[in-house]
Amino acid sequence: MSKTNLTRRGVLKTGAVAGAGLAVPTYLSAASHSGFTNAPGDSSVTLGFNVPQTGPYADEGADELRAYELAVEHLNGGGDGGMMSTFSSKVLDGTGILGRKVEYVTGDTQTKSDAARASAKSMIEKDGAIMITGGSSSGVAVAVQALCQEAGVIFMAGLTHSNDTTGKDKRANGFRHFFNSYMSGAALAPVLANAYGTDRKAYHLTADYNWGYTTEEAVKSSTEAMGWETVAAVKTPLTQTDFSSYIAPVLQSGADTLVLNHYGGNMVNSLTNAVQFGLRDKQVNGKDFQIVVPLYSRLMAKGAGANVKGIFGSTNWHWSLQDEGSKAFVKSFGTKYGFPPSQAAHTCYVQTLLYADAVQRAGSFAPCAVAEALEGYEFDGLGNGKTLYRADDHQCFKDVLVVKGKENPTSEFDLLEIVEVTPVDQVTYAPDHPQFQGGALGTCNNGA
Amino acid sequence: MDAIILQILNGLDKGSAYALIALGLTLIFGTLGVVNFAHGALFMIGAFCAVTLSRLFSLSHEVLVPGETDFLGNPKTKDVPYIYDWFGESTGAAIIDWSVPLAILFAIPVMIAVGVIMERGLIKHFYKRPHADQILVTFGLAIVLQEIIKYYYGANPIPTPAPQAFAGSFDFGAMLGFDPNTIIYPYWRLVYFAFAALIIGAVFAFLQFTTFGMVVRAGMADRETVGLLGINIDKRFTIMFGLAAAVAGLAGVMYTPINSPNYHMGMDFLVLSFVVVVVGGMGSLPGAVLAGFVLGILESFASMREVIDIIPGINQVIIYLVAIIILLTRPRGLMGRKGVMED
Repeated sequence: MSKTNLTRRGVLKTGAVAGAGLAVPTYLSAASHSGFTNAPGDSSVTLGFNVPQTGPYADEGADELRAYELAVEHLNGGGDGGMMSTFSSKVLDGTGILGRKVEYVTGDTQTKSDAARASAKSMIEKDGAIMITGGSSSGVAVAVQALCQEAGVIFMAGLTHSNDTTGKDKRANGFRHFFNSYMSGAALAPVLANAYGTDRKAYHLTADYNWGYTTEEAVKSSTEAMGWETVAAVKTPLTQTDFSSYIAPVLQSGADTLVLNHYGGNMVNSLTNAVQFGLRDKQVNGKDFQIVVPLYSRLMAKGAGANVKGIFGSTNWHWSLQDEGSKAFVKSFGTKYGFPPSQAAHTCYVQTLLYADAVQRAGSFAPCAVAEALEGYEFDGLGNGKTLYRADDHQCFKDVLVVKGKENPTSEFDLLEIVEVTPVDQVTYAPDHPQFQGGALGTCNNGA
Repeated sequence: MDAIILQILNGLDKGSAYALIALGLTLIFGTLGVVNFAHGALFMIGAFCAVTLSRLFSLSHEVLVPGETDFLGNPKTKDVPYIYDWFGESTGAAIIDWSVPLAILFAIPVMIAVGVIMERGLIKHFYKRPHADQILVTFGLAIVLQEIIKYYYGANPIPTPAPQAFAGSFDFGAMLGFDPNTIIYPYWRLVYFAFAALIIGAVFAFLQFTTFGMVVRAGMADRETVGLLGINIDKRFTIMFGLAAAVAGLAGVMYTPINSPNYHMGMDFLVLSFVVVVVGGMGSLPGAVLAGFVLGILESFASMREVIDIIPGINQVIIYLVAIIILLTRPRGLMGRKGVMED
């Protein structure tokens, strides 16, 4: 005969003790963290703006910072709201993000991968930044993106144009609004063929680093598809300042077009040198010699001065666009700072708004929830027309601008004119396109 | 053949800049015994003299453009330089166009003053200190000067074009009987080469044919004896520092149309210039000039596509490679004197 001691009081006692025992760890863990890195408190949330404040891209970094400050002001209900009024999503209402006031810290990337990682790390670990954004170079973007993936925070890339950022180096926690080398090539080639014909011999000078390679490959393959021939592609050291010894042999090679896969100071110097050598006044193969700069930025155009006149290139955005979003952004930026914003400023502003919007829609700051809200998200009203944040690689797909150096600029900001708005379909590629192969998004990381 | 001539031409103007900077470095080292890492900064300040003058000429006031609006929809204004009001539009435009050559006149007194202040204010306190201390303090000074320029002028390069009269390039190919367009060379780079030759000639003539120069040369050879003869050699050396600063500054002024100046341009040249000085032989003025041109030309050849195809990356290391070979075979450099930096 067996005897059990099951009594009503005994069951209740045991149940209460067991229940409390189970609840305690949950309660304690909930108090210590919410399951993701740098969960914000109830009153404020901190964003980390990692931009070049010193070094050769300091001016571009300063413009990015202006845009971030403007975005924070708008998110917190200050100013005229900028693009928040034209954004297709209406969940942002000027009360911060999920009711928390937006605060920010800044770091200096110095346009060096190690310095950028160090400043991002410090903002995450010391300042409690929940999202890192900014930068003016693909090397920096790739390095910081990998760091954010490990740390479990979202990375909203600033100006980075290499295919690899959303190609072989893509990460689940990283998102890029800016366009890329492939898109530049795809947008430029038809315009070049139209302006200069399909029978051209191109000579490439390429900056000897990651971005240079992907841009050369992109422009080469898209122009060759149009019938152009690539005569030579020469790598130039990143530290080069005088390009004369690289430019002098161009005419001897029989080329009639020079493609400068250079950015920043490299581009300013190589273009200035090429114009000095009088290349643009020459006739080769019975055609006028031409120069092409695949990626333009206004700050570079300013550095190269009158040398950019009539030269084709591509850009992510330009302040002269007449859609409502661009007009609203230019107005609030121009009113606050006295001059129109650059494309770097635009992409940074938009990335901040997109992040805030995704958190608001997800109802959570948890990186995986934010990533899910951004993946496959379609929006409009932020200056580039209808845009898709593709889930496969976290790259934005939108129209691309082909621009040309203006013949008669009316101010130091009015240096480029839009030649064509290339529709998004023409610059869209498959996620497994050869130029983007290798690497995988992996899974998103919530961190702590 | 045409490719070779082209790269020699290229090397000559690159060599001109190296030679001018290395000449100043050697003057300072030879006279004052100071290893001056701030010399690149002097080159940069010279370039910014040209930028400053061109900005002064372009100082303008706003004039309303009737019937037009700016990007914010406000009435549009346009900048009219004061110089147009004073001299008329065509003369004013010509003055702005010629601002780089005119900056030579502006840069000479500025650079001499900068050089003398630098020497009297800071460097003289380091004469008796080890070379390592001199390098540290002058390098620090270079960074300070660089940051000051960046603070006022920004980090972006500032376009400073040559006068319109020197735009375009000269077709050597057609002149020498090759196909047209095979050997073209920009007019301004030819001007730069001629200018460098002139300055180098003037410095040598000054040291060779004037009493002042004779005393300085005597001081370089034996400072103590010259001092014992009752000559104030320190004062002369201070003037030489000012002169060396002016040479670097002028090299910078004339370089602005070749590459848009930025705050970092001095550092870009500094390391190479030191290699030039060492290869030429510490303290040897003709050595510095010779090494400047030799390394400039070699660097040009190394950046030829045909050469890079055979030895990838050679364009980035050629100067250092040649420096190693020369120093292994001639430890004092090409024209080094015995006893310099050997104590």
